[in-house]
Amino acid sequence: MLLLSKKEDWLGNIRGDILAGLVVALALIPEAIAFSIIAGVDPKIGLYASFCIAVVTAIVGGRPGMISAATGAMALLMVTLVKDHGLEYLLAATLLTGALQVVAGYLKLGQLMSFVSRSVVTGFVNALAILIFMAQLPELTNVNWHVYAMTAAGLGVIYLFPLLPVVGKVIPSPLVCILTLTAVSLCVGLDIRTVGDMGELPDTLPIFLWPDVPLNLETLRIIFPYAAAMAVVGLLESLMTATIVDDLTDTGSDKNRECKGQGIANIFSGLLGGMAGCAMIGQSVINVKSGGRGRLSTLFAGVMLLTMVVFLSDWVSLIPMAALVAVMIMVSIGTFNWSSVTGLKSNPLSANIIMISTVVVVVWTHNLAYGVFVGVLLGALFFANKVSHFMYISKDMSADGNTRIYNVVGQVFFNSAERFNAGFDFKEVVDKVVIDLSRAHFWDISAVGALDKVVIKFRREGAEVELIGLNEASETIVDRFGVHDKPEEIEKVLGGH
Amino acid sequence: MNNNYVLACIDGASLTTAVCDYAAWMSHRAGAPLKLLHNIEHRPQAAVADLSGSIGLGSQEELLEELTRVEQQRNRLLMQKGKLMLDAARERVVSAGVADVEAWQQHGSLQESLVELEGSIRVLVMGVRGEEHQEGQIGAHLETVIRSLHKPVLVVNTPFSTPKKIMLAYDGHDASRKALDMVASSPVFKDIPCHLVYVGDESTATNVLNDAAKVLQSAGIKHELVNLPKGKSDEQLCHYQAEHDIDLTVMGAYSHHPLRDMLLGSFTAKMLHKTRRPLLLLR
Repeated sequence: MLLLSKKEDWLGNIRGDILAGLVVALALIPEAIAFSIIAGVDPKIGLYASFCIAVVTAIVGGRPGMISAATGAMALLMVTLVKDHGLEYLLAATLLTGALQVVAGYLKLGQLMSFVSRSVVTGFVNALAILIFMAQLPELTNVNWHVYAMTAAGLGVIYLFPLLPVVGKVIPSPLVCILTLTAVSLCVGLDIRTVGDMGELPDTLPIFLWPDVPLNLETLRIIFPYAAAMAVVGLLESLMTATIVDDLTDTGSDKNRECKGQGIANIFSGLLGGMAGCAMIGQSVINVKSGGRGRLSTLFAGVMLLTMVVFLSDWVSLIPMAALVAVMIMVSIGTFNWSSVTGLKSNPLSANIIMISTVVVVVWTHNLAYGVFVGVLLGALFFANKVSHFMYISKDMSADGNTRIYNVVGQVFFNSAERFNAGFDFKEVVDKVVIDLSRAHFWDISAVGALDKVVIKFRREGAEVELIGLNEASETIVDRFGVHDKPEEIEKVLGGH
Repeated sequence: MNNNYVLACIDGASLTTAVCDYAAWMSHRAGAPLKLLHNIEHRPQAAVADLSGSIGLGSQEELLEELTRVEQQRNRLLMQKGKLMLDAARERVVSAGVADVEAWQQHGSLQESLVELEGSIRVLVMGVRGEEHQEGQIGAHLETVIRSLHKPVLVVNTPFSTPKKIMLAYDGHDASRKALDMVASSPVFKDIPCHLVYVGDESTATNVLNDAAKVLQSAGIKHELVNLPKGKSDEQLCHYQAEHDIDLTVMGAYSHHPLRDMLLGSFTAKMLHKTRRPLLLLR
């Protein structure tokens, strides 16, 4: 199933895909290098990973036109693993990450994404943008003014070059930025850091190798926490990116296949000496903007990336870091969801709180998974709170003045159970109480427990209680959990009183 | 079954008028209502391409806005074009005497729409090639559509002429047996003489053909038994078709696995390429 794809996914848009793939490859090189530096490994690890992941997801991924490679979100998670245990453990963790993601794909965990609300997604995206930006700061601290000037000039080129007529729309501006800054730094002979100073660049194609780690529980104990976190973050970012690409291209995608595809890509990456990666929001947007729609653009981006780096590695090592920083700042700005800031005023407060909490938690912990967890939790709480307001109890008195009729309308569940109880007047002396539930919904045992308490309390006050119109949904729950008609259970429920 | 309709795929290609005529004839003969379907296909090609590779604040929103705007214009035009085509097609079938006609448009690929509608399709009528194809080419959808549907498909490749003689390509296997039953039971082929053609050795031919003849006999269909010598079946059949002025060929289609067809070539595909008269394919 994973290898099946429609012919038009590959060949439907050849010209657009090739051009877009080229543009993406040019932007992928600085990113792969930058993310390797974040993770604390040689640039070749990130470049091999980007090649592998792009090529494999192009074939087995579920979302044509989406770009996956080595990413900042994943790189941030592996920093301590690399520092404490070294590269081989990173490769092992990458393998395990892939395996976990494949399992998640077969368990159809992609569907859990429906619990992640839009506010959490924008929070995630914004946090990611901030993290990518913050990762550039080490390159910009304790350096001479040359670096600042270069970075500013680079950004200027990136954003102003596309405004030029004709050439601006045809030549990728990040490429122009890198070429200009490299040329300037070579001509002037500036003493600033270059890519070559950051570690080894690839000079050959990647080779297959099994990570050199002892295969025992101790290894598993070390890599599992990292692998689990990377698997979660990788899937989250990939599925969110897939949704963004779905929206932009007005087409659908297979989310579970995407999970499996990401897993397989990471397994290959780990075996070929690369780090773990996932889908990239910024790059995918660049791809769609450049006219890429099919699987071909992702494949071509991966192949071109490696070709360029392997054959031009001497030149790539001369690129000043300032140029990469400029490209990465562009990526972080482009990833940021600007409408979530302009929309702060018009969005409901709860949505803003969820979005901002997600951002704050991620920036604090450097782990996107925690941010999403907090966001989803807050979202659930806000939702429960909102729904609990949809309940009221009205009162009526029968003509003879002896029967009190309560009319319950709305949702009764754990969060509204308290208010449900408060809606009844137990002080009032009446012979008979009728509780009309025909327009109420009982969702859980908290609701059932609340109803039981009310019934028992009225009985103890000497009234006769009649329940009418319990709709079917509520009835099944009351039948299963109810105790008000079982004398031996009464003491249990009221035991706490 | 009686609620099912004849579905004609209208795409504005040169064959559209022929498709309308054959669909009208089908609908008239089968006594089934006729529906005209036009699909607005979403092309995989990108509507906008900006190779600057730079993204800034609000790029995503702008891109979405831009893509939406361009695609809206494109699809509006396609919708209008489709409406005109459907109107012309409706006029044509109404003047051909079909009373119960309905026309409608759908977004997305033809194949998806057809699979959704499959339950209520009686016969599907479509042109052998679409608007972008050259003379002699076969439409890109045709094979996928025929393979994904389990309903009779009438593939139209020439201007209409009322079928007066039909040919049933018969090899005694399941698919052609079903084709035989259909011809025998359908009101469409009542009173139309049928040439029952078998390509192969004479020894087996007599048995196979006689069995089949009984079925047609009992249905009261005039028939002729023909045994063509062993050879390239597609060429033989097309040759016979031309020689005897056959108006319509009925045959089972794509009875083999796609993989086998990919390696050995599919008989149905060859027939679609070579035949000069419409084919009614049964899955």
